[in-house]
Amino acid sequence: MTSEILNVQGLETQFNTPEGVVHAVNGVDFTLNEGETLGVVGESGCGKSVSMLSILRLIQQPPGKIVAGTAMFRGKDLLKMTSDEIRHVRGGQISMVFQDPMTSLNPVMTIGKQMAEPLMLHMGLSKEQARERSVELLEQVGIPRAKDRLKDYPHQYSGGMRQRVMIAMALSCNPQIVIADEPTTALDVTIQAQIVDLMIRLREEVGMSIVWITHDLGVVASIAHRVNVMYGGFIIEESPIRDLYANPCHPYTIGLLGSLPRIHQKGHQRLYSIEGMPPMLYQKPQRCPFSPRCRWVVDRCREENPPLVEVDEKHRVACWVDTTIGRER
Amino acid sequence: MTENNNVLVKVENLKMHFPIYRGVIQRQVGSVRAVDGVSFKIHKGETLGLVGESGCGKSTTGRTILQLYKPTAGNIYYEDVDLTKLRSEEMRMMRKNIQMIFQDPYASLNPRMTIRDIIAEPLVAFGTASGKEIDDRVRTLMNLVKLDPDFMLRYPHEFSGGQRQRIGIARAMANNPTFVVCDEPISALDVSIQAQVINLFEDLQSEFNLTYLFIAHDLSMVRHISNRVAVMYLGIIVELADRNEIYENPIHPYTKALLSAIPVADPEYYETRKRIVLEGDVPSPVNPPSGCRFRTRCPIAEDFCGQSRPEFKEVSPGHFIECFKWDHPDNQRR
Repeated sequence: MTSEILNVQGLETQFNTPEGVVHAVNGVDFTLNEGETLGVVGESGCGKSVSMLSILRLIQQPPGKIVAGTAMFRGKDLLKMTSDEIRHVRGGQISMVFQDPMTSLNPVMTIGKQMAEPLMLHMGLSKEQARERSVELLEQVGIPRAKDRLKDYPHQYSGGMRQRVMIAMALSCNPQIVIADEPTTALDVTIQAQIVDLMIRLREEVGMSIVWITHDLGVVASIAHRVNVMYGGFIIEESPIRDLYANPCHPYTIGLLGSLPRIHQKGHQRLYSIEGMPPMLYQKPQRCPFSPRCRWVVDRCREENPPLVEVDEKHRVACWVDTTIGRER
Repeated sequence: MTENNNVLVKVENLKMHFPIYRGVIQRQVGSVRAVDGVSFKIHKGETLGLVGESGCGKSTTGRTILQLYKPTAGNIYYEDVDLTKLRSEEMRMMRKNIQMIFQDPYASLNPRMTIRDIIAEPLVAFGTASGKEIDDRVRTLMNLVKLDPDFMLRYPHEFSGGQRQRIGIARAMANNPTFVVCDEPISALDVSIQAQVINLFEDLQSEFNLTYLFIAHDLSMVRHISNRVAVMYLGIIVELADRNEIYENPIHPYTKALLSAIPVADPEYYETRKRIVLEGDVPSPVNPPSGCRFRTRCPIAEDFCGQSRPEFKEVSPGHFIECFKWDHPDNQRR
């Protein structure tokens, strides 16, 4: 039995904007187990990044505000910690890898100096020890001539190498959880494949849990054990990886998978497209957020937002309609 | 010659080198060889997909065809006219037939112009419509790309990414072009919106018999939309073939590696597939490797690969490859 390392309940995050309050995350519940890789999938603005940033309290407040929820990590609520305590968790026990390795590294600081910083801060290493550990880490993520390259600045590294440095930094304090926010989106396919392989190898070596945020249903299929699909600030489907692709239940998930061209398909088939656009989140939706675009919509969808219900072992979906029979379950 | 009657665009040994200047007197110290000798044909009514990783020269190839850059060498024929030999006014008139759709729907529309003015601009520039006809034509075009014509007096910022891309498509369609260069038209869009735009491209193609050069890095989408596919690496085309042929029977080691790296939305696929992970990064186009461009990362390269550049050769009907070892046992084993 795997044990739970993170348990998030009822998370709600809002942003105050000149146009009104944006309801970015509207009550998200999920758990993460030890050694598990959880994929969080959705399109821009669905709340996938905001929900993870909220847990680490990396949302700028104001304009952002975590309105409700708990995030239990090893018996303590991350959302109630003092700023000193949360700073200790960030980069130490829970670390992040961001999408754009160019903007997340400091351009005027050498790689060596940037890597040493968290090691000295969180692990209490001396300057010399931090340097040695940095070399070890860079070697672990596959940077050749690691010792010499500590003196280089970020612009002297290629995109793929910078992302390797980011990963090395995220791993530097032996975190229990690594949150990777679109870590391969800015990279070319062959480099993306290198980074995914690296993460899979490190996961086995280090044994950390990973939250992999992405919009790419292809990448997530190669790395995640379980997936949460988000839409309009809600988790609308949650499933073990194989089940999600073999048996998607939410109309949005079905639509997303249908709108992808299949690389192994010989004949030409028209892509299934979801008409309309993702919702603006200026009101907290009372109805199902996907109902205006859904082809299975029934009256109830426009009145009540469906809760997540179990349809199969560990497979939960938020939809009033059973899509296999085409009417309300 | 019967086969050639069907050719709309023919590119011969196209080179585009961008000079690098240094120092006080701005002496040329080298050049970025973005495109370094590519040849291909595009037939009437077909879609040629051009794929490759960033910096391989695929966008530069597209832009050079439209003469947005003056090519360093080579010829580009549109029907029987050599575009590289046209004077600028002649080329301007030619652009009525040859249009382009850009990647970034945010940057390619002027934020201070209304949608009506954006779509009408090519009509005014070529004098194809005047007075009241303009509004009628804009309405027709907006309907064509499934935008509500009542929004024509709005500004680009009031539209979403997918809608803006539709505006760009309406603008490109304004003068009934025959050939459209689509430069990564869907990579900035969300997945569910990508399918909408791709379906629109297909509808327009069948309605107006358009010919597309479709530039993209998403190999699954390229297979979906193209009839034939060309794979670029570091300024050259390494392989060109029919879409099913190139995905099912790739021959060039780079194509094989590229195809094996594509993320596939199927977890079971990963349990069986053999991935060819390429070592290292793409070399700089300022100083590309001698001989075969791919040899520095190629798993089957040998010394002789660096001595001269391999020929771009047709190894089976319609299947072109630039590789010395294409039929060598080393290559077949992989």
